[in-house]
Amino acid sequence: MSTTGPVKVTVCPRGPLLVRGAQVVVDDDGHEHPVRRPVVAVCACGKSQRLPWCDGTHKVIPR
Amino acid sequence: MHLPAPRGPLSDRVVTALRRDSDPFRGRALDLGAYLPASDGLRDEDFQLALWVLYELHYRGFDGVDDRAEWDPELLRGRAELETVLERDLRAATADLLATVGDEDGDVVEQIRQLIDAADGPDVPRFVQREATRDQFVDLMVQRSIYTLKESDPSSFVLPRVDGSVKVALAELQYDEYGGGRPERLHAALFAKAMEACGLESEYGFYIDHATAPTLALNNTASFLCLHRRLRGAALGHLAAFEATSTLPCRKIASGIQRLGLGEAVWDYFDEHVEADAVHEEVALRSICAAAVAAEPALRSDVLFGAAACLVIDAVVAEDMLTRWRPEPLEAAAAMSHQVSA
Repeated sequence: MSTTGPVKVTVCPRGPLLVRGAQVVVDDDGHEHPVRRPVVAVCACGKSQRLPWCDGTHKVIPR
Repeated sequence: MHLPAPRGPLSDRVVTALRRDSDPFRGRALDLGAYLPASDGLRDEDFQLALWVLYELHYRGFDGVDDRAEWDPELLRGRAELETVLERDLRAATADLLATVGDEDGDVVEQIRQLIDAADGPDVPRFVQREATRDQFVDLMVQRSIYTLKESDPSSFVLPRVDGSVKVALAELQYDEYGGGRPERLHAALFAKAMEACGLESEYGFYIDHATAPTLALNNTASFLCLHRRLRGAALGHLAAFEATSTLPCRKIASGIQRLGLGEAVWDYFDEHVEADAVHEEVALRSICAAAVAAEPALRSDVLFGAAACLVIDAVVAEDMLTRWRPEPLEAAAAMSHQVSA
């Protein structure tokens, strides 16, 4: 999708970052991951098995 | 799709009314009153099928049935009688779960998460991951097809009933469910491909005669909440509980699909939902439910009711499925699988 508005990031407590309006998310290694959804959940716990995207793993990590 | 085979007096009356040539049935009452279940309609297949057929008139309809039947006053009167029973049984089935959170002020996101933690039922995804046979997985696909071939359609009825940021967030979620502008990624189409890869028919409604009472109850609950404006809060809560209990289960199912060697198309549907529902969970909880309650505080108890209804029905479906799959007691099954692997 193409958007021209600003990128908006919403922090979900003990959860991922919801990102709206981005075209690409760049990971630690510099790899570019194209955004293919109207809103994406970017992993914030670092434990996801499909980084940079959230896969719900944060829910099974002891707080 | 074809009209289903009746399974008792209620569904027989509804199907018979729809089979008659266009006009003759109009103005004729269905007279369902004598056959309504006195309790536990959630497990009554005749009752659930009758209601499912009436709801289906609002989605795709049936081959050979006049499309005007959707707004036939006598069919709607019959539907309302069935819905009164469904609501009675949903309220009864959710009472204990709802009592664990109360409905006082507080973070509604946390309250829904507490409901999810408090709800219990057998873990079908874990069973699929570890030990389900191919036939059992195929049964899961057949049961799920009743809803998933029209995945997310009930929630679209809620869009004109909400406003502002809640409407925007719901539209955003639905857009993703509907493929994000790419017809080949329409979730219902991904599921159809997965069915075909399992050797199943992917035609809409093909397996309705195989749908169990809990499967029909799950579908009817979504339609009931989404088709009544007064219950729009419950429809949103239902959506949030559904999305928030999807990511991890889909991961387990995707891993079971790999274990069974069912192939890419089958895996793709569930894998897509790991990532999509991690997003939808947060959107549904925060941008939809919390925003709806902030805008209209009176909706809180409805939101919680809808979430509890989703969780309770899920447990009924799971219990039914594992009972059919594994008739012997749990310990015996565990001992047997131990022997086989030893």
